[in-house]
Amino acid sequence: MQLTVWTYEGPPHVGAMRVATGMTGVHYVLHAPQGDTYADLLFTMIERRDARPPVTYTTFQARDLGTDTAALLQDAIQDAYDRFQPQALLVGASCTAELIQDDPAGLAKALDLPIPVINLDLPSYQRKENWGAAETFYALVRTLADTTVERSPMAGRRPRANLLGPTALGFRHRDDVTEVTKLLGQLGVDVAVTAPMGASPADLARLGDADFNIVLYPEIADTAARWLEKTFGQPTVRTVPIGHGATSDFVREIAALTGIDAAPLLRSNPSRLPWYSRSVDSTYLTGKRVFIFGDATHAIAAARVAADELGFTVVGLGCYNREFAKPLREAAARCGVEALITDDYLAVEEAIAASACELVLGTQMERHIAKRLRVPCAVISAPVHVQDFPARYSPVMGFEGANVLFDTFVHPLVMGLEEHLLTMFRDDFEFNDAAGASHLPAAEAAAVIVPVAANDIEWTPAAEKELGKIPFFVRGKARRNTEKFASERGLVAIDLDTLYDAKSHYAR
Amino acid sequence: MTVAVLDRAADLPARLPPVLRERGQREVFCGLTGIVWLHRKIQDAFFLVVGSRTCAHLLQSAAGVMVFAEPRFATAIIEERDLAGLADANEELDRVVDRLLARRPEIKLLFLVGSCPSEVIKLDLSRAASRLDAKHGETRVLNYSGSGIETTFTQGEDACLAALVPEMPAAAPGAAPSLLVVGALPDVVEDQFRRLFADLGIPAVFTLPPRRAADLPPVGTNTRFLLAQPFLGDTAAALEDRGATHLPALFPFGVDGTTAWLRAAAAAFDIAPDHFDRVVAPGRARAARAIARHRDRLAGKTIFFFPDSQLEVPLARFLANELGMVPVEVATPYLHRAHLAADLAALPAGTQLVEGQDVDRQLDRVRAYRPDLAVCGLGLANPLEAAGIATKWSIELVFTPVHGFDQAGDLAELFARPLDRRDRLAV
Repeated sequence: MQLTVWTYEGPPHVGAMRVATGMTGVHYVLHAPQGDTYADLLFTMIERRDARPPVTYTTFQARDLGTDTAALLQDAIQDAYDRFQPQALLVGASCTAELIQDDPAGLAKALDLPIPVINLDLPSYQRKENWGAAETFYALVRTLADTTVERSPMAGRRPRANLLGPTALGFRHRDDVTEVTKLLGQLGVDVAVTAPMGASPADLARLGDADFNIVLYPEIADTAARWLEKTFGQPTVRTVPIGHGATSDFVREIAALTGIDAAPLLRSNPSRLPWYSRSVDSTYLTGKRVFIFGDATHAIAAARVAADELGFTVVGLGCYNREFAKPLREAAARCGVEALITDDYLAVEEAIAASACELVLGTQMERHIAKRLRVPCAVISAPVHVQDFPARYSPVMGFEGANVLFDTFVHPLVMGLEEHLLTMFRDDFEFNDAAGASHLPAAEAAAVIVPVAANDIEWTPAAEKELGKIPFFVRGKARRNTEKFASERGLVAIDLDTLYDAKSHYAR
Repeated sequence: MTVAVLDRAADLPARLPPVLRERGQREVFCGLTGIVWLHRKIQDAFFLVVGSRTCAHLLQSAAGVMVFAEPRFATAIIEERDLAGLADANEELDRVVDRLLARRPEIKLLFLVGSCPSEVIKLDLSRAASRLDAKHGETRVLNYSGSGIETTFTQGEDACLAALVPEMPAAAPGAAPSLLVVGALPDVVEDQFRRLFADLGIPAVFTLPPRRAADLPPVGTNTRFLLAQPFLGDTAAALEDRGATHLPALFPFGVDGTTAWLRAAAAAFDIAPDHFDRVVAPGRARAARAIARHRDRLAGKTIFFFPDSQLEVPLARFLANELGMVPVEVATPYLHRAHLAADLAALPAGTQLVEGQDVDRQLDRVRAYRPDLAVCGLGLANPLEAAGIATKWSIELVFTPVHGFDQAGDLAELFARPLDRRDRLAV
């Protein structure tokens, strides 16, 4: 048993729902008790979908157990087919139904429906949401892709690619697909099928017709892409185009694969990020300590953007999906930090607090941690929140995505000149931190959380007063550094000299 | 003890409208959801769900946002190896509880909350609770089931409160009569009712649940209790088993409901009617004024209730009688005929009642009726709005203070707002 306060991923059947809801013409019959219907609100509320997810729940109750849950399931499958007339049907069990072993596959088969019926065997007590999505997409692709498709000759036409991985309830999937499709169009590559999002079973049938596959979200599409590679001999593009550098690599990889000349596109200054980052106002971003946590794909991409494209220092990097621990460890090693692979929210909170970071790039969960620690934060990954489905166009992939990431990572920080002004006027009567936010006239100043020293080092009143002049957002770090400096030198009291000795010791 | 004031309940059998019973796919939360408000109410209690990742995901999705650093609820997620043998699962649970209580020594009451998977594998949480209770002297350990195969949404609160009843101290024999208000109410509402009862002259007033676990009220044959919520059937039965007497009344929504509810208590404590009238007059006037502001917008509008919180019948009664709305269908997951007797009798004649659910058929009907407002769960709201039907999310009715005189206007406003919004928008 695992004690869990908050969870980064839902159960695997929610992953299956994300695939089914993203597609058209698919219906999912889920053998599950009534409480499991909560999952609908993820789609209708968080993503603001205007239709119910295409899911029928059997909603069996205690009185049905041991009598006729199997009949209930069979009726539900028949009713769902009659009412919704899908082109393909998914059947499966949630955690509770898995225990009663009603054999959804056998019951569905006995109905002899005139459409493909795909059984999903998703072990709820071992696996989680992303794995469930990947397995469902793989099962759909394997069942529905027409293996007799013959690709037309390349001569006289543009290359064609499948875009794999976007689902319902995905972090910025909607806009990423638009952006990557546009980018491919500029390169001269057509999108054959985008799946699961927007695809029908008939679309999956013609997956083999594309020249190659692009895995946008490895967490969801990698398993299916491997099967397509093996079955149709389609090469796979695995560079995830998040950030200016990664998008450029993505373009080069496709250029190499198709023989297209990408140089003109890359020379055209396709994103503003490089210049924005080199402009003088960005100087203050140099060496900002950033802690990154999310799904492996987004965390790894964010680390590259943070370090190489904004000049931050990555002080922590982690992911919650163990399936992708290997690439994350490699990325952490490149940043010179130890990888944090965990789905324990409290462990993440502890690591963030210990890192003394100045910016957190995380999920909605880290946003709450950062708020408590009074550290700025930007959201870069699922799990998602209603705010992660903005009304405006806001991809994180492609060159426009790089622009979005620049703004996303930079705007939570205190701006360059503003930071200097804060320091210059720190004793100003309406500008000091005891006065509260200037735009909130009646707001009380929030208490600054300062960890108490674990040892018995004392601060002299003069040093304590001087510490108070340091802007609040770096004061905690200054206090910790000074105490560490003092304790390493066996000092029992911190005076003005100790404070400034420590400052020069830790100066970068 | 029988109270004379039943507010039109006497002619109930003749008027009880026909009830359509449905059984099909349900679209409603399970009883675990109650933890979201119960843990705020009982401030030193911790709720440990023994369940699956789905349970944990439901709780954080239903809570909407993760506001609390370390909330006073968590899930002990059953894993593959726990399913191998029950002995293991019990040892694992002990280990999880040890770790939890070591980390949170301030917890005085720990609920082990059963879930669908724990029920199906027949993990005996009542034995686990008594074992852990003996082990952890400082913390009382109790259990109840919030599983979706046994409880629907608000029934989780019923199960939780029913588990508290045997823990309540016995009132001394011959103790003066006391009043017990049953059902979790926001503190502000609870305090308003306390002031009213004090003004009426009812000396001993207790609440279940209490704000702190140590303050469980006494119960005995001189206890009279009012139900603040219509979904507390098991709790009421458990209180009656301990000798307490239920004071039947309308539920305290709106002017009529709140007046009748308070009057049931006043009558049981022999409060003079003219004193009662004097005490409630200011509240009645304030409520009537606040409600009147919304009457124009709501009068004559049709309303359709999907089955969800079990508040549907008293709310339909309030909206029909005090705001002039027309309930076209009032569905509820479970109809407690005795507790709802007065409210049922006060519904407009011919109101279609539905017990249970078949969501696809209900959606067919709501599309056919095209009501001015549909009250439904979060999963259905946006799809109905997209189909041109204004909605009110029912979960707001359990998260928002809506009981009593001083919330009557707020309650009316909850239903008026979606219509107001439609009138304002020009996009």
